[in-house]
Amino acid sequence: MTAKPIPKVRLQAQAKAGEIIEIKTLIAHEMESGQRKDVSGQIIPRKIINRFIAAFNGKPVFEAEWHPAISANPYQSFFFKAVESGEFTFTWKDDDGSEYVTVNKLTVA
Amino acid sequence: FAAQPARAAANDKYPEEAFKQKSEADAIKALYGKTAEPSDKVKLDAPEIAENGGVVPIAVTTTLDKVTSISFFVAENPNALAASYKIPDGTVPSVSNRLKMAKTTNVVAIVEADGKLYSATKEVKVTVGGCGG
Repeated sequence: MTAKPIPKVRLQAQAKAGEIIEIKTLIAHEMESGQRKDVSGQIIPRKIINRFIAAFNGKPVFEAEWHPAISANPYQSFFFKAVESGEFTFTWKDDDGSEYVTVNKLTVA
Repeated sequence: FAAQPARAAANDKYPEEAFKQKSEADAIKALYGKTAEPSDKVKLDAPEIAENGGVVPIAVTTTLDKVTSISFFVAENPNALAASYKIPDGTVPSVSNRLKMAKTTNVVAIVEADGKLYSATKEVKVTVGGCGG
């Protein structure tokens, strides 16, 4: 049993126009690679988050495809140039079809 | 005939073929349809030695212009392709994450800029493998 993955996003709430901000994300997820075997020698089926998408005001600004080589509790950081105020939507897509979504606001002064 | 970014053609489809490739050279070819040339404008940051192959921090940055995508490959992993990123306009071509590595191997970062591929390679020594078993 695993708990529902909880995404964590860290980014500054305010930025100056033109400033480059770093966005750090982390989500708790086992990222089962499909390579491991359990005690009886059966392969544990693959279950990973295969996609991570960051959108700003509805427009995709960063897209990642993840494969089984991504560590458990996947971390992702990237940089974004702040131009206007708005809202980030971060979406993680699981192999099982679930989506985990979180929203962060950014104010550009 | 403009040079199209190879990834744009693949659009949102999961890169099934690229993922299945065992070697990083084959995986790069399957993903992008071309080969990469090493470039000192691609900076790959990875540890010399990773005690735990399950969590190896990797970062890549580049000073190249018109970057459209970035990918990571781990040469000796069961499947070399580890992650690939789409970099739209306005997003800085710099990403970092954490990879699993089966054993001591080369990590290859590929940057697609202006339709061409550039690479950086670094060997990471792995003390304890991170691909299960």
